[in-house]
Amino acid sequence: MSTEKPVHDERPNRARLIVHPANALLLIPLIGTLIPMFYNRVHPTIGGMPFFYWYQLVWIPISVALTYLAYRLTRGVR
Amino acid sequence: MGTGGRKFGTWVTWFLVGGDLYTAYTFVAVPALMFASGALGFFAVPYTIVVYPLVFLPALRLWSVAHRHGYVTAADFVRGRHGSNALGVAIALTGIVATMPYIALQMVGIQAVVEAIGIKGHWPLVIAFVVLAAYTYSSGLRAPALIAFVKDSLIYLVILVAVIYVPIKLGGYDKIFQAAASVLPTKPNKGSITLHDTQYLAYSTLALGSALALFLYPHAITGVLASRSRETIKKNMSMLPAYSLMLGFLALLGYMAIAAKITPAMGANGKADSNTIVPVLFDHEFPSWFAGIAMGAIAIGALVPAAIMSIAAANTFTRDIYRPYLRPNASAGEEVLVSKIVSLVVKFGALLVILFINVQFALDFQLIGGIIIIQILPAVVFGLYTRWFHRWALLVGWAVGIVTSLWMLWYVPNPATNHKHFGGATWALSHLGFDTKATIWVGIPTLLLNALVAAVLTPLFARLPRGHDETRPEDFHAEAGEPGVAPIPVG
Repeated sequence: MSTEKPVHDERPNRARLIVHPANALLLIPLIGTLIPMFYNRVHPTIGGMPFFYWYQLVWIPISVALTYLAYRLTRGVR
Repeated sequence: MGTGGRKFGTWVTWFLVGGDLYTAYTFVAVPALMFASGALGFFAVPYTIVVYPLVFLPALRLWSVAHRHGYVTAADFVRGRHGSNALGVAIALTGIVATMPYIALQMVGIQAVVEAIGIKGHWPLVIAFVVLAAYTYSSGLRAPALIAFVKDSLIYLVILVAVIYVPIKLGGYDKIFQAAASVLPTKPNKGSITLHDTQYLAYSTLALGSALALFLYPHAITGVLASRSRETIKKNMSMLPAYSLMLGFLALLGYMAIAAKITPAMGANGKADSNTIVPVLFDHEFPSWFAGIAMGAIAIGALVPAAIMSIAAANTFTRDIYRPYLRPNASAGEEVLVSKIVSLVVKFGALLVILFINVQFALDFQLIGGIIIIQILPAVVFGLYTRWFHRWALLVGWAVGIVTSLWMLWYVPNPATNHKHFGGATWALSHLGFDTKATIWVGIPTLLLNALVAAVLTPLFARLPRGHDETRPEDFHAEAGEPGVAPIPVG
Protein backbone atom coordinates (compact mmCIF):
# COMPACT_ATOMS: atom_id res chain seq x y z
CA MET A 1 0.00 0.00 0.00
CA SER A 2 2.55 2.51 -1.15
CA THR A 3 0.41 5.65 -1.22
CA GLU A 4 -0.88 5.29 2.33
CA LYS A 5 1.09 7.70 4.45
CA PRO A 6 0.52 7.56 8.20
CA VAL A 7 -0.67 11.07 9.05
CA HIS A 8 -1.40 11.10 12.76
CA ASP A 9 -2.23 14.73 13.23
CA GLU A 10 -4.82 15.01 10.48
CA ARG A 11 -8.14 15.88 12.09
CA PRO A 12 -11.47 15.04 10.57
CA ASN A 13 -12.61 17.81 8.29
CA ARG A 14 -14.65 20.15 10.45
CA ALA A 15 -15.74 22.68 7.83
CA ARG A 16 -19.28 23.78 8.64
CA LEU A 17 -21.85 22.16 6.38
CA ILE A 18 -24.41 24.73 5.29
CA VAL A 19 -27.62 23.40 3.78
CA HIS A 20 -29.89 25.86 2.03
CA PRO A 21 -33.35 25.80 3.70
CA ALA A 22 -35.06 25.32 0.31
CA ASN A 23 -33.58 21.82 0.23
CA ALA A 24 -36.07 20.82 2.92
CA LEU A 25 -38.58 20.70 0.04
CA LEU A 26 -36.80 17.53 -1.07
CA LEU A 27 -38.00 15.69 2.04
CA ILE A 28 -41.70 16.16 1.30
CA PRO A 29 -42.00 13.52 -1.48
CA LEU A 30 -40.39 10.94 0.84
CA ILE A 31 -42.95 11.51 3.54
CA GLY A 32 -45.78 11.53 1.00
CA THR A 33 -44.92 8.24 -0.70
CA LEU A 34 -42.94 5.99 1.64
CA ILE A 35 -45.64 5.34 4.25
CA PRO A 36 -48.15 3.10 2.43
CA MET A 37 -50.52 2.67 5.39
CA PHE A 38 -51.64 6.27 4.72
CA TYR A 39 -52.88 5.54 1.21
CA ASN A 40 -53.58 1.81 1.08
CA ARG A 41 -57.24 1.81 0.11
CA VAL A 42 -59.47 1.35 -2.91
CA HIS A 43 -61.89 4.29 -2.51
CA PRO A 44 -62.29 6.92 -3.81
CA THR A 45 -61.51 5.70 -7.32
CA ILE A 46 -60.88 7.92 -10.35
CA GLY A 47 -61.87 6.55 -13.75
CA GLY A 48 -61.88 3.05 -12.28
CA MET A 49 -58.41 3.45 -10.78
CA PRO A 50 -58.24 2.72 -7.01
CA PHE A 51 -56.95 5.41 -4.63
CA PHE A 52 -53.76 3.44 -3.93
CA TYR A 53 -52.67 3.89 -7.55
CA TRP A 54 -53.79 7.40 -8.45
CA TYR A 55 -52.57 8.80 -5.13
CA GLN A 56 -49.02 7.66 -5.89
CA LEU A 57 -49.22 8.82 -9.50
CA VAL A 58 -50.38 12.27 -8.31
CA TRP A 59 -47.19 12.48 -6.24
CA ILE A 60 -45.13 12.46 -9.43
CA PRO A 61 -46.06 15.99 -10.58
CA ILE A 62 -45.91 17.16 -6.94
CA SER A 63 -42.40 15.75 -6.62
CA VAL A 64 -41.31 17.33 -9.92
CA ALA A 65 -42.68 20.70 -8.75
CA LEU A 66 -40.96 20.50 -5.34
CA THR A 67 -37.63 19.37 -6.75
CA TYR A 68 -37.80 22.03 -9.48
CA LEU A 69 -38.58 24.65 -6.84
CA ALA A 70 -35.58 23.50 -4.79
CA TYR A 71 -33.47 23.81 -7.94
CA ARG A 72 -34.71 27.33 -8.74
CA LEU A 73 -34.37 28.59 -5.18
CA THR A 74 -30.81 27.29 -4.88
CA ARG A 75 -29.60 28.48 -8.30
CA GLY A 76 -26.06 29.73 -8.03
CA VAL A 77 -25.98 28.78 -4.33
CA ARG A 78 -23.34 26.26 -3.35
CA MET B 1 -25.74 7.23 -19.13
CA GLY B 2 -25.20 6.24 -22.69
CA THR B 3 -23.87 9.65 -23.49
CA GLY B 4 -20.57 8.36 -24.75
CA GLY B 5 -18.50 10.78 -22.74
CA ARG B 6 -19.80 13.80 -24.59
CA LYS B 7 -21.26 16.70 -22.66
CA PHE B 8 -24.88 17.28 -23.53
CA GLY B 9 -27.31 19.98 -22.46
CA THR B 10 -30.36 19.44 -20.31
CA TRP B 11 -32.96 18.36 -22.82
CA VAL B 12 -30.81 15.95 -24.73
CA THR B 13 -29.51 14.47 -21.48
CA TRP B 14 -33.05 14.23 -20.16
CA PHE B 15 -34.14 12.36 -23.27
CA LEU B 16 -31.18 9.96 -23.21
CA VAL B 17 -31.14 9.31 -19.48
CA GLY B 18 -34.89 8.79 -19.52
CA GLY B 19 -34.61 6.30 -22.34
CA ASP B 20 -32.15 4.29 -20.28
CA LEU B 21 -34.56 4.20 -17.34
CA TYR B 22 -36.90 2.09 -19.46
CA THR B 23 -35.06 -1.18 -19.27
CA ALA B 24 -36.25 -4.74 -18.82
CA TYR B 25 -36.94 -3.63 -15.24
CA THR B 26 -39.87 -1.47 -16.35
CA PHE B 27 -41.00 -3.43 -19.41
CA VAL B 28 -40.69 -6.96 -18.08
CA ALA B 29 -39.92 -7.30 -14.37
CA VAL B 30 -42.33 -4.81 -12.79
CA PRO B 31 -45.39 -5.88 -14.85
CA ALA B 32 -44.54 -9.55 -14.14
CA LEU B 33 -44.49 -8.84 -10.40
CA MET B 34 -47.82 -6.98 -10.62
CA PHE B 35 -49.27 -9.88 -12.64
CA ALA B 36 -48.33 -12.41 -9.94
CA SER B 37 -48.42 -10.42 -6.67
CA GLY B 38 -50.58 -7.35 -7.23
CA ALA B 39 -50.09 -4.04 -5.41
CA LEU B 40 -46.63 -4.91 -4.00
CA GLY B 41 -45.12 -4.51 -7.48
CA PHE B 42 -46.22 -0.87 -7.57
CA PHE B 43 -43.38 0.00 -5.14
CA ALA B 44 -41.43 0.85 -8.30
CA VAL B 45 -43.43 4.09 -8.51
CA PRO B 46 -42.49 5.53 -5.08
CA TYR B 47 -38.94 4.22 -5.75
CA THR B 48 -38.59 6.32 -8.88
CA ILE B 49 -40.30 9.28 -7.21
CA VAL B 50 -37.98 9.49 -4.19
CA VAL B 51 -34.72 8.61 -5.94
CA TYR B 52 -34.19 12.10 -7.38
CA PRO B 53 -34.90 14.18 -4.26
CA LEU B 54 -32.68 11.73 -2.34
CA VAL B 55 -29.62 11.94 -4.59
CA PHE B 56 -30.07 15.62 -5.56
CA LEU B 57 -27.59 17.00 -3.01
CA PRO B 58 -24.98 14.21 -2.75
CA ALA B 59 -24.76 14.03 -6.57
CA LEU B 60 -23.74 17.70 -6.68
CA ARG B 61 -20.94 17.20 -4.15
CA LEU B 62 -19.71 14.14 -6.01
CA TRP B 63 -19.73 15.97 -9.34
CA SER B 64 -17.69 18.86 -7.92
CA VAL B 65 -15.06 16.84 -6.08
CA ALA B 66 -14.72 14.47 -9.04
CA HIS B 67 -14.12 17.33 -11.44
CA ARG B 68 -11.53 18.90 -9.15
CA HIS B 69 -9.57 15.68 -8.76
CA GLY B 70 -10.30 13.76 -11.95
CA TYR B 71 -12.25 10.98 -10.24
CA VAL B 72 -14.17 8.80 -12.68
CA THR B 73 -15.50 6.11 -10.33
CA ALA B 74 -16.74 5.79 -6.75
CA ALA B 75 -13.56 3.86 -5.93
CA ASP B 76 -11.41 6.77 -7.20
CA PHE B 77 -13.20 9.13 -4.84
CA VAL B 78 -13.04 6.80 -1.84
CA ARG B 79 -9.31 6.22 -2.34
CA GLY B 80 -8.64 9.95 -2.55
CA ARG B 81 -10.94 10.91 0.30
CA HIS B 82 -10.17 8.22 2.85
CA GLY B 83 -6.59 7.53 1.75
CA SER B 84 -7.19 3.80 1.71
CA ASN B 85 -6.27 1.55 -1.19
CA ALA B 86 -7.99 -1.43 0.46
CA LEU B 87 -11.27 0.48 0.76
CA GLY B 88 -10.96 1.59 -2.88
CA VAL B 89 -10.55 -2.01 -4.04
CA ALA B 90 -13.53 -3.11 -1.91
CA ILE B 91 -15.69 -0.38 -3.50
CA ALA B 92 -14.58 -1.31 -7.02
CA LEU B 93 -15.21 -5.03 -6.52
CA THR B 94 -18.62 -4.35 -4.97
CA GLY B 95 -19.61 -2.29 -8.02
CA ILE B 96 -18.51 -5.02 -10.42
CA VAL B 97 -20.25 -7.86 -8.54
CA ALA B 98 -23.47 -5.89 -7.88
CA THR B 99 -23.78 -5.07 -11.58
CA MET B 100 -23.96 -8.78 -12.49
CA PRO B 101 -27.47 -9.50 -11.14
CA TYR B 102 -28.70 -6.19 -12.62
CA ILE B 103 -27.43 -7.33 -16.04
CA ALA B 104 -28.99 -10.74 -15.34
CA LEU B 105 -32.36 -8.97 -15.17
CA GLN B 106 -31.74 -7.41 -18.61
CA MET B 107 -30.76 -10.80 -20.06
CA VAL B 108 -33.93 -12.33 -18.63
CA GLY B 109 -35.84 -9.54 -20.41
CA ILE B 110 -34.30 -10.41 -23.79
CA GLN B 111 -34.89 -14.10 -23.03
CA ALA B 112 -38.59 -13.38 -22.34
CA VAL B 113 -39.01 -11.73 -25.75
CA VAL B 114 -37.38 -14.70 -27.48
CA GLU B 115 -39.58 -17.12 -25.51
CA ALA B 116 -42.69 -15.13 -26.43
CA ILE B 117 -41.83 -15.50 -30.11
CA GLY B 118 -42.15 -19.25 -29.53
CA ILE B 119 -38.54 -20.42 -29.29
CA LYS B 120 -38.28 -23.10 -26.61
CA GLY B 121 -35.82 -24.73 -24.24
CA HIS B 122 -32.48 -23.15 -23.38
CA TRP B 123 -32.14 -21.36 -26.71
CA PRO B 124 -33.77 -18.07 -25.58
CA LEU B 125 -31.15 -17.59 -22.83
CA VAL B 126 -28.31 -18.60 -25.15
CA ILE B 127 -29.56 -16.11 -27.75
CA ALA B 128 -29.89 -13.36 -25.11
CA PHE B 129 -26.30 -13.89 -23.94
CA VAL B 130 -24.78 -14.07 -27.42
CA VAL B 131 -26.65 -11.01 -28.69
CA LEU B 132 -25.62 -8.98 -25.65
CA ALA B 133 -21.99 -10.09 -25.78
CA ALA B 134 -21.73 -9.44 -29.52
CA TYR B 135 -23.41 -6.04 -29.24
CA THR B 136 -21.13 -4.79 -26.45
CA TYR B 137 -17.99 -6.24 -27.96
CA SER B 138 -18.60 -4.62 -31.34
CA SER B 139 -19.97 -1.29 -30.11
CA GLY B 140 -16.75 -0.70 -28.19
CA LEU B 141 -16.46 1.07 -24.89
CA ARG B 142 -18.71 4.00 -25.70
CA ALA B 143 -22.37 3.56 -26.46
CA PRO B 144 -23.08 5.56 -29.62
CA ALA B 145 -25.45 8.47 -29.06
CA LEU B 146 -27.19 7.93 -32.39
CA ILE B 147 -28.30 4.42 -31.40
CA ALA B 148 -29.52 5.83 -28.11
CA PHE B 149 -31.71 8.35 -29.99
CA VAL B 150 -33.22 5.72 -32.27
CA LYS B 151 -33.74 3.32 -29.37
CA ASP B 152 -35.34 5.91 -27.12
CA SER B 153 -37.71 7.18 -29.84
CA LEU B 154 -38.83 3.59 -30.44
CA ILE B 155 -39.33 2.99 -26.73
CA TYR B 156 -41.36 6.16 -26.17
CA LEU B 157 -43.56 5.28 -29.16
CA VAL B 158 -44.25 1.77 -27.82
CA ILE B 159 -44.93 3.05 -24.29
CA LEU B 160 -47.43 5.63 -25.53
CA VAL B 161 -49.26 3.12 -27.68
CA ALA B 162 -49.21 0.48 -24.91
CA VAL B 163 -50.66 2.70 -22.19
CA ILE B 164 -53.35 4.23 -24.41
CA TYR B 165 -54.37 1.60 -26.97
CA VAL B 166 -54.34 -1.51 -24.75
CA PRO B 167 -56.61 -0.11 -21.97
CA ILE B 168 -59.07 1.16 -24.58
CA LYS B 169 -59.14 -2.25 -26.23
CA LEU B 170 -59.71 -3.94 -22.86
CA GLY B 171 -62.65 -1.70 -21.99
CA GLY B 172 -60.97 0.87 -19.72
CA TYR B 173 -59.19 0.88 -16.37
CA ASP B 174 -62.42 0.05 -14.57
CA LYS B 175 -62.54 -3.38 -16.23
CA ILE B 176 -58.80 -3.90 -15.81
CA PHE B 177 -58.85 -3.30 -12.05
CA GLN B 178 -62.01 -5.39 -11.61
CA ALA B 179 -60.32 -8.32 -13.35
CA ALA B 180 -57.17 -7.90 -11.23
CA ALA B 181 -59.20 -7.65 -7.99
CA SER B 182 -61.00 -10.91 -8.67
CA VAL B 183 -58.09 -12.94 -10.12
CA LEU B 184 -55.12 -11.90 -7.91
CA PRO B 185 -56.37 -13.56 -4.67
CA THR B 186 -56.71 -16.88 -6.51
CA LYS B 187 -53.04 -16.92 -7.56
CA PRO B 188 -50.34 -18.77 -5.53
CA ASN B 189 -49.06 -15.45 -4.12
CA LYS B 190 -52.56 -14.52 -2.89
CA GLY B 191 -52.14 -10.98 -4.12
CA SER B 192 -54.56 -8.10 -3.98
CA ILE B 193 -55.00 -4.71 -5.63
CA THR B 194 -54.14 -3.13 -2.28
CA LEU B 195 -51.39 -4.14 0.15
CA HIS B 196 -51.87 -6.63 2.97
CA ASP B 197 -50.93 -5.13 6.37
CA THR B 198 -47.93 -7.44 6.44
CA GLN B 199 -46.58 -5.90 3.20
CA TYR B 200 -46.19 -2.31 4.44
CA LEU B 201 -42.63 -2.77 5.67
CA ALA B 202 -41.57 -4.58 2.49
CA TYR B 203 -43.20 -1.89 0.30
CA SER B 204 -41.45 1.00 2.10
CA THR B 205 -38.04 -0.67 2.32
CA LEU B 206 -38.14 -1.85 -1.29
CA ALA B 207 -38.92 1.68 -2.51
CA LEU B 208 -36.46 3.50 -0.24
CA GLY B 209 -33.71 0.90 -0.61
CA SER B 210 -33.93 0.72 -4.41
CA ALA B 211 -33.70 4.52 -4.49
CA LEU B 212 -30.65 4.65 -2.19
CA ALA B 213 -28.94 1.93 -4.22
CA LEU B 214 -29.55 3.16 -7.79
CA PHE B 215 -26.99 5.95 -7.99
CA LEU B 216 -24.22 3.89 -6.38
CA TYR B 217 -23.90 1.55 -9.41
CA PRO B 218 -20.85 2.26 -11.59
CA HIS B 219 -22.96 3.08 -14.66
CA ALA B 220 -25.11 5.55 -12.73
CA ILE B 221 -22.08 7.35 -11.31
CA THR B 222 -20.63 7.56 -14.83
CA GLY B 223 -23.92 9.14 -15.89
CA VAL B 224 -23.85 11.76 -13.14
CA LEU B 225 -20.22 12.66 -13.81
CA ALA B 226 -20.91 13.02 -17.55
CA SER B 227 -23.23 15.96 -16.83
CA ARG B 228 -22.03 19.34 -18.04
CA SER B 229 -22.33 21.16 -14.73
CA ARG B 230 -23.90 21.18 -11.28
CA GLU B 231 -26.78 23.22 -12.67
CA THR B 232 -27.41 20.56 -15.34
CA ILE B 233 -27.60 17.88 -12.65
CA LYS B 234 -30.04 19.95 -10.62
CA LYS B 235 -32.25 20.61 -13.63
CA ASN B 236 -32.18 16.94 -14.67
CA MET B 237 -32.94 15.67 -11.21
CA SER B 238 -35.98 17.93 -11.03
CA MET B 239 -37.29 16.79 -14.43
CA LEU B 240 -36.57 13.07 -14.28
CA PRO B 241 -39.42 12.08 -11.94
CA ALA B 242 -41.77 12.87 -14.83
CA TYR B 243 -40.70 9.51 -16.24
CA SER B 244 -42.23 7.73 -13.27
CA LEU B 245 -45.67 8.52 -14.70
CA MET B 246 -44.97 6.29 -17.70
CA LEU B 247 -43.48 3.69 -15.38
CA GLY B 248 -46.68 3.67 -13.34
CA PHE B 249 -48.79 2.93 -16.40
CA LEU B 250 -46.31 0.33 -17.66
CA ALA B 251 -46.57 -1.42 -14.27
CA LEU B 252 -50.30 -1.68 -14.88
CA LEU B 253 -49.57 -3.76 -18.00
CA GLY B 254 -49.40 -6.61 -15.45
CA TYR B 255 -53.09 -6.06 -14.64
CA MET B 256 -53.92 -5.59 -18.32
CA ALA B 257 -52.42 -9.03 -18.94
CA ILE B 258 -54.75 -10.42 -16.25
CA ALA B 259 -57.75 -8.68 -17.82
CA ALA B 260 -56.77 -9.98 -21.27
CA LYS B 261 -56.48 -13.52 -19.78
CA ILE B 262 -52.88 -13.86 -20.98
CA THR B 263 -51.16 -17.22 -20.47
CA PRO B 264 -47.39 -16.77 -20.12
CA ALA B 265 -45.17 -18.47 -22.70
CA MET B 266 -43.20 -21.54 -21.68
CA GLY B 267 -39.81 -21.02 -20.05
CA ALA B 268 -36.63 -23.11 -20.14
CA ASN B 269 -37.82 -25.40 -17.30
CA GLY B 270 -41.00 -26.29 -19.19
CA LYS B 271 -43.16 -24.19 -16.84
CA ALA B 272 -44.96 -20.95 -17.63
CA ASP B 273 -42.52 -18.02 -17.45
CA SER B 274 -44.40 -15.03 -16.03
CA ASN B 275 -41.68 -12.70 -17.38
CA THR B 276 -43.17 -13.21 -20.83
CA ILE B 277 -46.56 -11.65 -20.08
CA VAL B 278 -45.86 -8.23 -21.61
CA PRO B 279 -44.44 -9.53 -24.90
CA VAL B 280 -47.29 -12.08 -25.08
CA LEU B 281 -49.81 -9.32 -24.27
CA PHE B 282 -48.38 -7.17 -27.09
CA ASP B 283 -48.59 -10.14 -29.43
CA HIS B 284 -52.19 -10.70 -28.37
CA GLU B 285 -53.43 -7.11 -28.56
CA PHE B 286 -51.42 -5.42 -31.31
CA PRO B 287 -51.54 -6.06 -35.05
CA SER B 288 -48.61 -8.34 -35.82
CA TRP B 289 -46.44 -5.66 -37.47
CA PHE B 290 -46.63 -3.43 -34.40
CA ALA B 291 -46.20 -6.36 -32.02
CA GLY B 292 -42.91 -6.98 -33.81
CA ILE B 293 -41.81 -3.35 -33.30
CA ALA B 294 -42.88 -3.45 -29.66
CA MET B 295 -40.98 -6.66 -28.91
CA GLY B 296 -37.94 -5.27 -30.67
CA ALA B 297 -38.18 -2.17 -28.46
CA ILE B 298 -38.25 -4.33 -25.31
CA ALA B 299 -35.23 -6.31 -26.45
CA ILE B 300 -33.21 -3.22 -27.42
CA GLY B 301 -34.39 -1.53 -24.24
CA ALA B 302 -32.72 -4.36 -22.32
CA LEU B 303 -29.68 -4.64 -24.57
CA VAL B 304 -28.40 -1.06 -24.48
CA PRO B 305 -28.56 -0.56 -20.67
CA ALA B 306 -26.97 -3.99 -20.14
CA ALA B 307 -24.11 -2.94 -22.41
CA ILE B 308 -23.71 0.38 -20.58
CA MET B 309 -23.71 -1.41 -17.21
CA SER B 310 -21.12 -3.98 -18.21
CA ILE B 311 -18.88 -1.32 -19.78
CA ALA B 312 -19.01 0.82 -16.62
CA ALA B 313 -18.18 -2.19 -14.43
CA ALA B 314 -15.32 -3.15 -16.75
CA ASN B 315 -13.91 0.39 -16.68
CA THR B 316 -13.98 0.28 -12.88
CA PHE B 317 -11.90 -2.89 -12.97
CA THR B 318 -9.36 -1.47 -15.41
CA ARG B 319 -9.05 1.83 -13.61
CA ASP B 320 -9.20 0.81 -9.97
CA ILE B 321 -7.72 -2.68 -9.91
CA TYR B 322 -5.82 -3.54 -13.10
CA ARG B 323 -3.85 -0.35 -13.64
CA PRO B 324 -2.92 0.47 -10.02
CA TYR B 325 -2.17 -3.07 -8.81
CA LEU B 326 -1.69 -5.49 -11.68
CA ARG B 327 -0.09 -3.59 -14.58
CA PRO B 328 0.88 0.00 -13.72
CA ASN B 329 2.60 0.41 -17.10
CA ALA B 330 -0.21 -0.95 -19.25
CA SER B 331 -0.56 0.78 -22.61
CA ALA B 332 -3.85 2.44 -23.59
CA GLY B 333 -4.48 -0.34 -26.13
CA GLU B 334 -3.96 -3.00 -23.48
CA GLU B 335 -6.40 -1.24 -21.16
CA VAL B 336 -9.07 -1.16 -23.87
CA LEU B 337 -8.58 -4.87 -24.44
CA VAL B 338 -8.75 -5.63 -20.70
CA SER B 339 -11.97 -3.58 -20.42
CA LYS B 340 -13.51 -5.53 -23.29
CA ILE B 341 -12.58 -8.85 -21.73
CA VAL B 342 -13.82 -7.86 -18.28
CA SER B 343 -17.08 -6.62 -19.77
CA LEU B 344 -17.49 -10.15 -21.20
CA VAL B 345 -16.61 -11.66 -17.82
CA VAL B 346 -19.26 -9.49 -16.15
CA LYS B 347 -21.89 -10.70 -18.63
CA PHE B 348 -20.77 -14.27 -18.05
CA GLY B 349 -21.22 -13.61 -14.33
CA ALA B 350 -24.75 -12.43 -15.09
CA LEU B 351 -25.37 -15.68 -16.97
CA LEU B 352 -24.17 -17.71 -13.97
CA VAL B 353 -26.48 -15.67 -11.74
CA ILE B 354 -29.43 -16.68 -13.93
CA LEU B 355 -28.39 -20.32 -14.06
CA PHE B 356 -27.61 -20.83 -10.38
CA ILE B 357 -29.79 -18.40 -8.44
CA ASN B 358 -33.42 -19.44 -8.40
CA VAL B 359 -35.27 -16.24 -7.65
CA GLN B 360 -39.04 -16.14 -7.77
CA PHE B 361 -39.20 -12.96 -9.87
CA ALA B 362 -36.76 -11.41 -12.34
CA LEU B 363 -37.06 -8.24 -10.30
CA ASP B 364 -35.35 -10.04 -7.40
CA PHE B 365 -32.10 -9.96 -9.41
CA GLN B 366 -32.12 -6.16 -9.39
CA LEU B 367 -33.06 -6.17 -5.71
CA ILE B 368 -30.15 -8.48 -4.83
CA GLY B 369 -27.79 -6.22 -6.82
CA GLY B 370 -29.14 -3.31 -4.76
CA ILE B 371 -28.48 -5.13 -1.48
CA ILE B 372 -24.84 -5.58 -2.50
CA ILE B 373 -24.20 -2.09 -3.92
CA ILE B 374 -25.89 -0.27 -1.02
CA GLN B 375 -23.08 -1.48 1.27
CA ILE B 376 -20.74 1.12 -0.28
CA LEU B 377 -23.06 3.96 0.81
CA PRO B 378 -21.25 4.77 4.09
CA ALA B 379 -17.82 5.03 2.44
CA VAL B 380 -19.10 7.02 -0.54
CA VAL B 381 -22.05 9.13 0.62
CA PHE B 382 -21.02 9.70 4.25
CA GLY B 383 -17.57 10.38 2.80
CA LEU B 384 -19.01 13.21 0.70
CA TYR B 385 -20.04 14.98 3.89
CA THR B 386 -17.61 13.99 6.62
CA ARG B 387 -14.17 12.60 7.36
CA TRP B 388 -15.22 11.53 10.85
CA PHE B 389 -15.30 7.82 9.99
CA HIS B 390 -12.02 5.91 10.20
CA ARG B 391 -11.04 4.14 6.97
CA TRP B 392 -10.64 0.76 8.67
CA ALA B 393 -13.98 1.18 10.47
CA LEU B 394 -15.64 1.79 7.09
CA LEU B 395 -13.92 -1.27 5.66
CA VAL B 396 -15.02 -3.53 8.53
CA GLY B 397 -18.56 -2.06 8.33
CA TRP B 398 -18.64 -2.83 4.60
CA ALA B 399 -17.48 -6.43 5.21
CA VAL B 400 -20.06 -6.95 7.96
CA GLY B 401 -22.77 -5.51 5.67
CA ILE B 402 -21.86 -7.82 2.79
CA VAL B 403 -21.58 -10.95 4.94
CA THR B 404 -24.85 -10.38 6.83
CA SER B 405 -26.62 -9.61 3.55
CA LEU B 406 -25.50 -12.90 2.03
CA TRP B 407 -26.39 -14.73 5.24
CA MET B 408 -29.90 -13.25 5.27
CA LEU B 409 -30.41 -13.92 1.54
CA TRP B 410 -29.46 -17.54 2.22
CA TYR B 411 -32.63 -17.76 4.31
CA VAL B 412 -34.97 -16.36 1.66
CA PRO B 413 -36.85 -19.28 0.07
CA ASN B 414 -38.57 -19.39 -3.31
CA PRO B 415 -42.02 -20.87 -2.65
CA ALA B 416 -42.76 -21.21 -6.37
CA THR B 417 -39.93 -23.70 -7.00
CA ASN B 418 -39.39 -25.00 -3.44
CA HIS B 419 -35.81 -23.73 -3.43
CA LYS B 420 -34.79 -22.91 0.12
CA HIS B 421 -32.05 -20.33 -0.52
CA PHE B 422 -31.55 -17.08 -2.48
CA GLY B 423 -35.17 -17.18 -3.62
CA GLY B 424 -35.80 -13.46 -3.31
CA ALA B 425 -34.67 -10.23 -1.65
CA THR B 426 -37.06 -9.78 1.29
CA TRP B 427 -36.40 -11.56 4.57
CA ALA B 428 -39.09 -12.85 6.95
CA LEU B 429 -39.21 -11.10 10.34
CA SER B 430 -40.37 -14.44 11.77
CA HIS B 431 -36.65 -15.39 11.79
CA LEU B 432 -36.33 -12.98 14.71
CA GLY B 433 -39.11 -14.77 16.58
CA PHE B 434 -41.88 -12.34 15.67
CA ASP B 435 -45.22 -13.95 14.94
CA THR B 436 -45.80 -12.21 11.63
CA LYS B 437 -45.73 -12.75 7.89
CA ALA B 438 -44.06 -9.35 7.41
CA THR B 439 -40.83 -9.21 5.42
CA ILE B 440 -38.16 -6.56 4.97
CA TRP B 441 -35.83 -5.79 2.06
CA VAL B 442 -32.48 -7.18 3.26
CA GLY B 443 -30.46 -4.09 2.26
CA ILE B 444 -31.97 -1.73 4.84
CA PRO B 445 -31.10 -3.64 8.06
CA THR B 446 -27.68 -4.65 6.72
CA LEU B 447 -26.90 -1.06 5.69
CA LEU B 448 -27.85 0.11 9.19
CA LEU B 449 -25.61 -2.57 10.71
CA ASN B 450 -22.80 -1.59 8.34
CA ALA B 451 -23.08 2.08 9.38
CA LEU B 452 -23.38 1.16 13.07
CA VAL B 453 -20.22 -0.97 12.97
CA ALA B 454 -18.35 1.86 11.22
CA ALA B 455 -19.57 4.36 13.83
CA VAL B 456 -18.71 2.18 16.83
CA LEU B 457 -15.28 1.18 15.54
CA THR B 458 -14.22 4.71 14.54
CA PRO B 459 -13.47 5.88 18.14
CA LEU B 460 -11.91 2.48 18.94
CA PHE B 461 -9.57 2.84 15.95
CA ALA B 462 -8.54 6.38 16.98
CA ARG B 463 -4.96 5.29 17.55
CA LEU B 464 -4.59 3.66 14.14
CA PRO B 465 -3.23 5.97 11.45
CA ARG B 466 -5.85 7.87 9.48
CA GLY B 467 -5.50 7.97 5.71
CA HIS B 468 -4.44 11.09 3.86
CA ASP B 469 -7.39 13.13 2.57
CA GLU B 470 -6.45 14.81 -0.70
CA THR B 471 -9.73 16.75 -0.95
CA ARG B 472 -10.47 20.16 0.56
CA PRO B 473 -13.86 21.45 1.73
CA GLU B 474 -14.20 23.90 -1.17
CA ASP B 475 -13.72 21.06 -3.71
CA PHE B 476 -17.23 19.84 -2.94
CA HIS B 477 -18.78 23.07 -4.23
CA ALA B 478 -16.75 23.72 -7.37
CA GLU B 479 -18.74 24.53 -10.49
CA ALA B 480 -17.92 24.14 -14.18
CA GLY B 481 -15.80 26.95 -15.59
CA GLU B 482 -13.94 27.57 -12.34
CA PRO B 483 -10.18 27.13 -12.01
CA GLY B 484 -9.18 23.53 -11.38
CA VAL B 485 -12.46 22.13 -12.69
CA ALA B 486 -11.53 20.04 -15.70
CA PRO B 487 -13.81 17.93 -17.86
CA ILE B 488 -13.17 14.30 -16.98
CA PRO B 489 -12.97 11.47 -19.48
CA VAL B 490 -16.02 9.51 -18.42
CA GLY B 491 -17.89 7.02 -20.51
